[in-house]
Amino acid sequence: MKLTLKIWRQKAPNAKGRFETYQVEANPHMSFLEMLDVLNEELIAKKEEPVVFEHDCREGICGTCSMVINGEPHGPMAGTTTCQLHMRHFRDGETIVIEPFRASAFPVMKDLAVDRSSMDRIIQAGGYISVNTGAAQDANAIPVDKDTAAHSFDAAACIGCGACIAACPNASAMLFVSAKVAHLALLPQGKVEAKRRAQAMVKQMDLEGFGMCSNITACEAECPKGISVENIARLNREYLSSALGSETVA
Amino acid sequence: MSWFSDFLASSIGRKVVMSLTGLFLIIFLLIHLAGNLQLMDFIAHDPADEPGKAFNLYAKFMTTNPLIKAVSYLLYLSILVHAIQGWVLWSKNRKARGSQKYAVKVNKVADGNSFAASNMGWLGTIIFIFLLIHLYQFWLQMKLGKLPMAYYDGEEVKNLFFIVSEAYESLGYVIFYVLSMVAIAYHLDHGFQSAFQTLGINHRKYTPMIKWVGRAYSILIPLGFAVIPVYMYFFM
Repeated sequence: MKLTLKIWRQKAPNAKGRFETYQVEANPHMSFLEMLDVLNEELIAKKEEPVVFEHDCREGICGTCSMVINGEPHGPMAGTTTCQLHMRHFRDGETIVIEPFRASAFPVMKDLAVDRSSMDRIIQAGGYISVNTGAAQDANAIPVDKDTAAHSFDAAACIGCGACIAACPNASAMLFVSAKVAHLALLPQGKVEAKRRAQAMVKQMDLEGFGMCSNITACEAECPKGISVENIARLNREYLSSALGSETVA
Repeated sequence: MSWFSDFLASSIGRKVVMSLTGLFLIIFLLIHLAGNLQLMDFIAHDPADEPGKAFNLYAKFMTTNPLIKAVSYLLYLSILVHAIQGWVLWSKNRKARGSQKYAVKVNKVADGNSFAASNMGWLGTIIFIFLLIHLYQFWLQMKLGKLPMAYYDGEEVKNLFFIVSEAYESLGYVIFYVLSMVAIAYHLDHGFQSAFQTLGINHRKYTPMIKWVGRAYSILIPLGFAVIPVYMYFFM
């Protein structure tokens, strides 16, 4: 299949970027990234600069691939990362517009690669368990009911790709932060630090310059893992109870 | 107090302020509509009475009762805080989005009214402009202006009904009023259910009810307000 690609090219973080148009011949069975690999092989053969894009596992679980395809982070398929998006979902002769994730907290490094270390710093602020949880427990030794485990697991499915932020009209990181907070706060090991965690992660989120949540739900619609905005309500509860209810004056 | 000011300045704290003031204004709308419906008493009034008696007596009660006065200060404060905080959030969110816009953007949402949700700032600004005109025209006249007086059983009452019915004689004003109600309807359609989500109230049993009530409220309340000038324009 013949495709016309309009790709955002930008040499460096502060350089002025612009769209370049390329023609590429792809196989419908290729993934979107494989199609870009074909383009880059051709560019290298012509001694041109290949298009920089991020990728790692190509299995839809690492959250590295990050681009906006025809106006949607990870492209038009629901619940799908760019690496798992196949060219059969596009028409022969179609023009595809490819842009980097856009947000003030995601500065473009080069072409389609953006700096998402702001999300790492939010995790560093509290997205972990530091209490000693001992050796691996016997199954069922720690009682967690099925619904709670399921909610926690659903939240834990977040791969931290940043599509929620790219999709949000406010560039808010609330879905990402709420998934991390909910995942840990629902389980006994995570409960110990739940209050401190909610405070610390929200504080870092605000420092990084993400926007505020207006409950638009574009994040959930574009999330490749279908993380629900129910988690955002849970984060709001966790934050309210820790900011107003905890006796620690931080 | 620093923990409290930190909370109010945090992203979630700011949203909680929007939510609580918004919910208060939502309740106020219902009370305001109940008052306005008394403008329509001419439909059923005794031919011996002047039209507007119920409304004028109600307006006098609302401007003189000390409890209502106390609540009214809370109302002025809520309107100002909701509007100013709204503009602050709007500007911070635009800054967070960045100057480089997407060349192509699909506005897909998981749930709700995506037009209203992504245009709350504009809708709110339209409502604020409407409010300024509305307050100048009726509220300020009632407080400071020289209104004609009406007399009911020897009691002298400011005839607010007179200036309201006069305003509703202008087709341009009626259209402006109805369009402002449309803006309020959209603002409420997102704001009502969003206020609960911000407070962390999202429950698989109750959220569908909140959304249903919110949708009904956002249609019925502005419709109730809009019907009055339209009816009075055509039938009075």
